[in-house]
Amino acid sequence: MARTILACLRIHAHNRIMTSHPDPAEQTPSLFELYLGFAQISVSAFGGALPWARRILVDQRGWMDPEDFASTLALCQFLPGPNVVNLSIAFGRRLHGWAGALAAVFGLMAAPVVIILTLGGLYLRFGQIGSLKGMFAALGAAAGGLVVATAAQMAVPLIRKTPMTAVPIIVAGFVLAGLLRWPLPAVMAVLAPVGLLLARRRRT
Amino acid sequence: MKGSVLATLAFQCAMLSLLAFGGGVNTVVPELQRQAVDVHHWMDARTFSDLFAIAQASPGPNMLIVCLVGLKAAGLAGALVATIAATVPTCLLTFVMSGFWDRIRNSPWRAVVQGGLAPVAVGLIAASAFLISRAADHAPALIAVTVGTAAFCYFTKRNPLWALAAAAALGLTGVVS
Repeated sequence: MARTILACLRIHAHNRIMTSHPDPAEQTPSLFELYLGFAQISVSAFGGALPWARRILVDQRGWMDPEDFASTLALCQFLPGPNVVNLSIAFGRRLHGWAGALAAVFGLMAAPVVIILTLGGLYLRFGQIGSLKGMFAALGAAAGGLVVATAAQMAVPLIRKTPMTAVPIIVAGFVLAGLLRWPLPAVMAVLAPVGLLLARRRRT
Repeated sequence: MKGSVLATLAFQCAMLSLLAFGGGVNTVVPELQRQAVDVHHWMDARTFSDLFAIAQASPGPNMLIVCLVGLKAAGLAGALVATIAATVPTCLLTFVMSGFWDRIRNSPWRAVVQGGLAPVAVGLIAASAFLISRAADHAPALIAVTVGTAAFCYFTKRNPLWALAAAAALGLTGVVS
């Protein structure tokens, strides 16, 4: 929590400086600046990195303009893997090739890996102790609720837009993966072609 | 024995990351849980839910749940192998594809692929929600925490960290257990 607040304060302080130098076109960040920028995104990114990525890359540092950010993000959402990791690769590569992609992705991953290993190690060692056990139980329940909300937020617009195709596929995905526990490759092998066919028929 | 656990981790994490279309790690949680709990018996379902909660409450990509699965399965080496295996293939793919991006930007099949895979991703995320909640909710008070968090995140635009912090406080003080 304290880290999030600190990051907000840093952004406000930085915004004041940025407004006196509003010249994003001339700024090509060095490898080290790239590393630091993505490190800042990573430690701010509680419960979703993308709003922070936009705030830091577009508003604060002026490295990308909004349209550029949107079209790069569209590519990253289309490819497999976490969107923000893909974004770091695509943006780092554009600026400095291989070295830029590596600098950005290391900036994004280093601090979170250390933090999560520390927390995970504490849990595996002390997680069975009384009050901590209660805390992790409640956290697990809350994390489940978070995913319920994510599923609902993604399902509602799809169902509104194309109820006849979206509902059967969503239900089939839930039943195959959640209730029947099919392996994921089997679920994808069955549902991806059906989804693509339905989407194609809708367009023609 | 340990070498084979590391090889299994590397293979599973690389495959899962390449299958994680459209919704980030939540689409592959059902499979990750099946592998870690049912197939390889690295942990029980409740431990998996706890690790998932830690990954959600930590900063950074939620995909780092694989880091914790690796840690539980094979220690620090497992954590590093799982993280690298889950990161490198998709990063290579993005590196190559971002060079072709301008060419496919206006292609009609891109819309077809996006429209076709979106409901599959949502179904898989719904399965994740069910599996995580079922493993975590072994008391009525915990079901209330799940429902409360879901409502908070669905109906407000506030940072989900508030709900996680509130749940942690309730759990720490023994109000829910």
